[in-house]
Amino acid sequence: MTREKLLLIGNGMAGVRTIEEILERDANRFDITIIGEENYTNYNRIMLSNVLQNKNTIEEIITNPQSWYEEQHIELVHHDPAAELDAAAKIVRTESGKEISFDKCIIATGSRSFILPIEGSNLEGVMGFRTIDDTLKMLEIAKSYRKAAVIGGGLLGLEAAKGLVDQGMDVTVIHLEKWLMETQLNEMAGGLLKADLEKQGLKFLMEKKTARILGDTRVTGLEFSDGTQLEADMVVMTVGIRPETTLARQAELTVNRGIVVNDWMETSVKDIFAVGECAEHNKTVYGLVAPLFEQGKVLADMLTGQAAAPYSGSTTYTSLKVSGCDLFSAGEIKEQEGVKSIEAYDGLANSYKKLFIKDNQVVGIVLYGDTSEENRYFKMLKQKQDISEFTSISLLSAAGGCCGGAAAAGDVTQWTDDETVCGCNGVTKGTILKAIREKDLTSVAEVTKVTKAGGSCGKCKGMIGDLLTYVLGDKVASAPTGICGCTDLSRDEIVLQIHEKGLTSSQEVYEQLAFRNKEGCPKCRPAINFYLNVAFPKDHEDEPESRFVNERLHANIQNNGTFSVIPRMRGGQTTPQQLMKIAQVAEKYEVPLVKVTGSQRIGLYGVKKEDLPDVWEELDMTSASAYAKGVRSVKTCVGAAFCRFGTQDSMGLGIKLEERFEFIDTPHKFKMGVSACPRSCVETGVKDFGVIGVENGFQIYIGGNGGTEVQEGKLLTTVETEQEVIDICGAFIQYYRETGTYAERTAPWLNRMGFDHVKEILLDLQQRAELNKRLDEAVAGKRRNPWEKVVEDKQIQKELYEVVRG
Amino acid sequence: MVKTKVFVAKVEELLPRIGHSVVAGDTKIAVFRLSDGRIKALENVSPFRQGPLAEGIVSGEYIYDPLYDWKISLLDGQVQEPDHGSVATFETVVENEEVYVLV
Repeated sequence: MTREKLLLIGNGMAGVRTIEEILERDANRFDITIIGEENYTNYNRIMLSNVLQNKNTIEEIITNPQSWYEEQHIELVHHDPAAELDAAAKIVRTESGKEISFDKCIIATGSRSFILPIEGSNLEGVMGFRTIDDTLKMLEIAKSYRKAAVIGGGLLGLEAAKGLVDQGMDVTVIHLEKWLMETQLNEMAGGLLKADLEKQGLKFLMEKKTARILGDTRVTGLEFSDGTQLEADMVVMTVGIRPETTLARQAELTVNRGIVVNDWMETSVKDIFAVGECAEHNKTVYGLVAPLFEQGKVLADMLTGQAAAPYSGSTTYTSLKVSGCDLFSAGEIKEQEGVKSIEAYDGLANSYKKLFIKDNQVVGIVLYGDTSEENRYFKMLKQKQDISEFTSISLLSAAGGCCGGAAAAGDVTQWTDDETVCGCNGVTKGTILKAIREKDLTSVAEVTKVTKAGGSCGKCKGMIGDLLTYVLGDKVASAPTGICGCTDLSRDEIVLQIHEKGLTSSQEVYEQLAFRNKEGCPKCRPAINFYLNVAFPKDHEDEPESRFVNERLHANIQNNGTFSVIPRMRGGQTTPQQLMKIAQVAEKYEVPLVKVTGSQRIGLYGVKKEDLPDVWEELDMTSASAYAKGVRSVKTCVGAAFCRFGTQDSMGLGIKLEERFEFIDTPHKFKMGVSACPRSCVETGVKDFGVIGVENGFQIYIGGNGGTEVQEGKLLTTVETEQEVIDICGAFIQYYRETGTYAERTAPWLNRMGFDHVKEILLDLQQRAELNKRLDEAVAGKRRNPWEKVVEDKQIQKELYEVVRG
Repeated sequence: MVKTKVFVAKVEELLPRIGHSVVAGDTKIAVFRLSDGRIKALENVSPFRQGPLAEGIVSGEYIYDPLYDWKISLLDGQVQEPDHGSVATFETVVENEEVYVLV
């Protein structure tokens, strides 16, 4: 039997989700082709502002990698937009001239940023904020320019503005109305939001209308209708979006604001459907993600011949992805005939609530500051719950507080199965329970993987956790999801929360993320300290009490409580003077063992804790960090200087690598080796970062490990210059720092991340440069020999190394 | 038996959650200041393989032995599940912001 040909125009969130829904229902029904305009596979567009705010990387927001299309046997016509749709002949022609015929066609072309039609809007540096390319452009401009203007103080504009502030720019938001997000917030909440954003460094010009954009080829500023001006090196327009309907109009489909569809997502032409932001249903065009997914489900049911409920429109809500500005808005929020409101403002907590009520039902919600009740109220609104049993006070006070009767509304286990838990992805309680029971899921991450619930904004993860506990009881706590027994949160969840909530100390992490053990354990304490150091290199003060003893005392503890002392010998090179000095000190302090280490250094073993500062003072040498979860020594061979096989100066490069990267913390120890020929006398193949000199340059191997699980390093690339080796090494170290789980060596890390993915990042010149820049910023002023400070500071010696003799 | 009062350090020199080592005669002692300010002392010898305790990580009222991760109560010296055993505890006193341990 030949399968029907299904063509999707638009490789974005709404369209690809519809395809996923179709595949879930009947994977063998269609031969599927997807036409996409952008040069990326499907990604989570709503997370672009997180990329701008340094909370996610581009890679992290790609929801369907190339391999997904291959696995699903979907033909992807990439970076080649549809140019012409012949509805009668059922053929689409792409820009490059490719012709694709179809039996059924889904249009999901989304929308575009609306660019104000004013003078200068075509100047260089003027842009919308809609795509990965827009985001990369903004990041690029932020590197070399300082002043940014964002026109439009709505949701997207504020997220963009915050992101540009995070990129170090001086940002002014220009807004036409009296308060921010005027369609979602009332004046009071808009004012609170503005004050909080000002504290985060954003500037505002309110009730200003942009008349023209100044500049010759590149933007230099804005002029407003009142004649005043503002300097700007970049202008981001976030004044709204317009459905992309060019193709539909050309094919003579009925188009209003969007492509008109009925309750089954059918357009005016048979076998052509539309979903997402380009579609107009019942005179409404949606610009939020939840409705698009609801539409996708209806269409998937339809196309696979399942009994479907018609699409009847969506109730939408808004929340803002800016840390420290929690807000929630839904429904009708204007006081009008028949609509009354109750409100409460807590000046101490800086929180505000306002509920709009009509005929004993909640019809609108505005929450600012404390949004913990959003599910409770949103449920009342969606279900049109009769609230006459509540007094104004019991309605406004927290559920489960003094008025126990309201508690059930916030408790997801009391909900009915058809109620939605994950609004972003439209996943009901029933779907989640079924998945937990049938697929034996034990963690929030697994539920997200199977059902998609919790995969977009993540707000419902708490409720998913409640449902897991409800089904599994105690089993859920023992599920190995948390980083240790103190929490069920994974490394990624903790790091995300550290960024989102701006947590800058371990104590805050333990409190705000509700760890069971308020002071943690030896597993999580050093891990959290490390994650905080990476997240906020400037603002987080390293916490010695959370370091493992080796890193607190800068010496490796031995089985009898004594320590080792290993001085630095860069590249494994030493001098007669250094050897004599080591010998003298070893004799004087009666060091029980002097041994050459595995990485070509000399170690003094069995030194007493109280002698450590004196030993280092007398040695007057730099530490080799042989105790650290950090960059260790570089092992080298003699190389071209003396060896008849040597092709490169391995010692020289080893010394350079060590000088450049010593005293940098990494998730686990990071070992390097440089060999001058493929005989690889330094065993480059089992190093985290290994270099082999060849005639025309250097081969680079990554992720090798000679330890508990031997793994051969993988050949990353061959480069010509030492500088390239150093740059790739820096980018590798920083990417490992940013994404590694504490105590995870590069070998398992590379298996987890995927070699191809890491390779792509390290070989991309721009990403390589950015990673090096972030590394430099993170370690600026911190790469010092720790013993220098200890030797000078008598107080540290007393606090950490003293042994009182009484 | 009369106990000897051994000076450890000034209160401010005892960093919260970082152990201090004391040797009184043949007795090795580890002194800790908890995050709530209480000062506790244990014999500085882990019941498992006799390593030191002063260098361990302090969490609440417990110390984790730095070598083998045994969890031991700072209040009564009891080793916590799944391991078994106990460590001697010592009384501490603070006078004029100076910490002493009674041996």
